Amino acid sequence: MTTSAFVPMLLATAKMTIPNMLLALAEAFGVTLYIFGFTLLGALPLGMLVYFGKKSRIAPIRWFVNGYISIMRGTPLMLQLIVVYFAPHLVFGVTMARNWRNLAVLIAFIINYAAYFAEIYRSGFESIPVGQYEAAQVLGYSKAQTFFKIILPQMIKRVLPPVTNEIITLVKDTSLSSAIAVTEMFTLAKKIANSPGSPGMITLFAAGIFYYVFNYLVAFVMRRIEKKLDYFE
Amino acid sequence: MSILSMEHIQKSFGDNHVIKDISLTVDQGEVVSIIGPSGSGKSTLLRCATLLETIGGGTLSYLDEKAAWEENGKVIYKKNLGEVRRHFGLVFQNFNLFPHYTVLKNVTDAPVSVLKRDREEVKAEALALLEKMGLADKADAYPDQLSGGQKQRVSIVRALAMKPDILFFDEPTSALDPELTGEVLKVIKQLAEEKMTMVVVTHEMSFARAVSDRVIFIDGGRIVEQGKPEELFGDTQHERTRQFLQNYKQ
Repeated sequence: MTTSAFVPMLLATAKMTIPNMLLALAEAFGVTLYIFGFTLLGALPLGMLVYFGKKSRIAPIRWFVNGYISIMRGTPLMLQLIVVYFAPHLVFGVTMARNWRNLAVLIAFIINYAAYFAEIYRSGFESIPVGQYEAAQVLGYSKAQTFFKIILPQMIKRVLPPVTNEIITLVKDTSLSSAIAVTEMFTLAKKIANSPGSPGMITLFAAGIFYYVFNYLVAFVMRRIEKKLDYFE
Repeated sequence: MSILSMEHIQKSFGDNHVIKDISLTVDQGEVVSIIGPSGSGKSTLLRCATLLETIGGGTLSYLDEKAAWEENGKVIYKKNLGEVRRHFGLVFQNFNLFPHYTVLKNVTDAPVSVLKRDREEVKAEALALLEKMGLADKADAYPDQLSGGQKQRVSIVRALAMKPDILFFDEPTSALDPELTGEVLKVIKQLAEEKMTMVVVTHEMSFARAVSDRVIFIDGGRIVEQGKPEELFGDTQHERTRQFLQNYKQ
């Protein structure tokens, strides 16, 4: 990524003024957005797949999925990042390219968040009254029609608030990427704050503002979507 | 030809033998009311007839075609149950309208996407039915904007739009205020006058008396007594029936 090349150069320059610091943070925020965006793109649909696995009629699939969810929720994301990053080398003896970390970080985030999304989806599906399924069945809807036309739209409305929570958490969790030396915004902020001649603690404060403004935006967009679905109960 | 035929139906939930042995035939144009105490098996019988529960024994047929039967002590269901479902409609106690669809879409969606009928034709029929039920101005409303009585009338229209041969009602007024009960019963009565074949599980004795061709009293998973309303209510044969009806006399 461009930022990785950009950062050391900035750090090397002696003059880390506040405008320079903000510019550097803004650029590194691109990495934060990269992790955030691709994690959502991957984890939101994968969570649905995981939910189906949890509901599978085949017992070994259920066991596997339950074990997977249990591990994802029961161990630190930071550790998961490290495991995903080092697994190809330590388990398979494969030497990965230097930029493997940029993919590893996505894989770790996606499989972690998919587990949480799957549980949110489950709570959503389970909150749909059984009468909805029965009405659809009596009217002759197929299983697929019942799912896509009747159940899914109601489920999406119900899971929006917890999904918003999870998305906001994800924005902040991106900072964990430093565990495998992916320099997103917060990692860079720490580096700048610790380097001599920098604006110091103000850098971390500025990073906080970046997060806050972005999450404010996320919450705003999600509320708009919720409002759009307000037309039914 | 009978529209619905249930022979020696049995149904258990675990150790709970809810339906012991019930046989019931409903003919074209007949209106049958099923009454009985809570837990007598009347709602379960309806759920068995509408394939929401599998029967534990016996035979279930629509228009003389078997939907479920016994073979070597096991119940076999017909492969294509979709064909069976086209014969009946069911009106639920709790309406079970689709909350994310407008009234019109609630009514038209199944005929269009299940029966693959022409959208415009279905829509015209649906609007006519809604008009008939006094719901013409509610076509674009969502279910949560309706009163209970309106919701139940919409769910009746939704069932009718599928043009079933027989319509089942599972305590259609039990979730309604007494004030709203009347408007739903009026609609069912209107359907009875049009010779719609119907089976109504109900606690409304005066309604059962006024509308039914036949009233069936069920208790303990069996039919205790059945007959024309004037017979069952006026000349009750069984002590158990008399006991039950006593509760409804003011």
